[in-house]
Amino acid sequence: MTMIGAELRASYAFMERNFFLTRRTWAWEVAFLAYSVASALSISLIGVDQGSARLVLSLMVGAIFWNYLSVVFSWIAETIAVERWEGTLEYTMMAPIRRSSRLIGQVSYAMVYGLIHTAVIFLVLGLFFPNLDLSKANPGTAAVFMALGSFSFVGIGILAAILPLLYVERGAQMTFVVQSCLLLISGVYYSTDILPPWMQVLSHLSPATYVLDGVRAGLLRGTPATELWADVWPLVVLGVVLIPFGLWAFGRAEHYAKRTGKLKRVG
Amino acid sequence: MTAVPSDLLSPKGPPGRELGSPALLIDRVSKSFVVGRSRPPVAAVTDVSMRLERGDIHGVLGANGSGKSTLIRLIAGLLTIDSGRVAVFGHDIERDELAVKRLINRVSVDAAFFKKLSPMENLVFAARVYGLNVKEAKRDVYAILERLHVGSDRVDRPIEQMSRGMQQKVAIARALLTSPILLLLDEPTTGLDPRSKLDVQDFIEELRATHDTTIVLTTHDLAEAERLCDRITIIDGGRVVAKETPDGLVAAATARLGRAATLWDVFMAYTGRSLDDDVDTADEETLA
Repeated sequence: MTMIGAELRASYAFMERNFFLTRRTWAWEVAFLAYSVASALSISLIGVDQGSARLVLSLMVGAIFWNYLSVVFSWIAETIAVERWEGTLEYTMMAPIRRSSRLIGQVSYAMVYGLIHTAVIFLVLGLFFPNLDLSKANPGTAAVFMALGSFSFVGIGILAAILPLLYVERGAQMTFVVQSCLLLISGVYYSTDILPPWMQVLSHLSPATYVLDGVRAGLLRGTPATELWADVWPLVVLGVVLIPFGLWAFGRAEHYAKRTGKLKRVG
Repeated sequence: MTAVPSDLLSPKGPPGRELGSPALLIDRVSKSFVVGRSRPPVAAVTDVSMRLERGDIHGVLGANGSGKSTLIRLIAGLLTIDSGRVAVFGHDIERDELAVKRLINRVSVDAAFFKKLSPMENLVFAARVYGLNVKEAKRDVYAILERLHVGSDRVDRPIEQMSRGMQQKVAIARALLTSPILLLLDEPTTGLDPRSKLDVQDFIEELRATHDTTIVLTTHDLAEAERLCDRITIIDGGRVVAKETPDGLVAAATARLGRAATLWDVFMAYTGRSLDDDVDTADEETLA
């Protein structure tokens, strides 16, 4: 129990440090928020142009969720990249804590940050579209799927963090490849039914597919989470499989980085 | 001058699992790097052995690219070992990784911090990951920084606003905060002004006098090595070429040269070049 407490405190250290960084760069955070709101708005306005309130809501869900995913990925990727730049990566690796504590701290902060960021965008969009009909919406379903989606994305986040660890110069940018592939196959702005059959198979491997299905069912049709079992269980399974796999893969990557000397400061 | 509280830097609890184990044992360690598919691996460290007892200050001298920093990184567990073994108080650094990490810390030539954060924010982070009580750690931060002549008014300002010397002192404070019983100092005074250099050197001497921290010190400052080190290992081309006390090395050089020699003569004799020549050589950092 004491050991678990120590590891949780270590995870908290990463969350606190990242919070300090966010606080120091608050002006950038405001600018980034403005950018995210503008992006989500411009996508949602396509629905207005088509004269479909349902499309507006569907695109809004896609834009907001995509923003969440992007923010989480960026935080994870940039944390390792910034640690490289600042030269702190070696000190972090020398700390007497488990890999899982380190990564859980980083990923948890990314998710908390992402949820707050996303909530603000949702609020602004709500103000921009005051006549949006959310009378049937089931916010509980949306909350359940965001939580389950976060759980599933921990594993993917850890896997994405391998890239800046291994690819010194362009690793952070390479996480965007993962991000854009998820965008393509997960039905963020369109139904996965329109994808070629082989892409539809891949879409079943993306947690985002199930999260978007669930959130849309909850907000557009008011379906309770209990009736969306077909979307719930894949998220649980993906989380259970991807987290240990991510930790294992990150461990292998760390060993490779230590063998080849890639932990050293660059920048 | 404010002395650091005696309980601050001493190790907490028993140091190792084997009584009588050396503080640091490096046994025939080798490490090479692949630098290209068509080129043979480059040997950075070859068959290096060292044994440090508790409380020793052991200097490692060598030209740029000689393998000093690679050796420090191997001890710190930041590089895997190709062959050989490193043990800290009986704990093998690869098998007992977490146990070793609790016993050691390192100060490198670059003060590596999140520069937007303040010294206190950076050091609180270090305290948390090393499982320290944050309230006590904050008190210790003030004590150590005051001892290193870093004013308390600097503690909450971003590190990027501090001079390089100040930043290096904060780096030393970070290492000492965790009470390491093996401290790896990789050129800690390089680039510091004379006053800051003396502050750091005085502090290292104080550590030796009042605590039993074992220190591995790499430096290009031969006067610093002569002043601080009990024993010196000279590395050239990744291999140990000499291992003696500073006086012993100088005496041997005096006998060989037939005149009063200095540590500079020793360095020249074993590395085949002067420190000035090092500027032109490839830095080992490009290798590791």
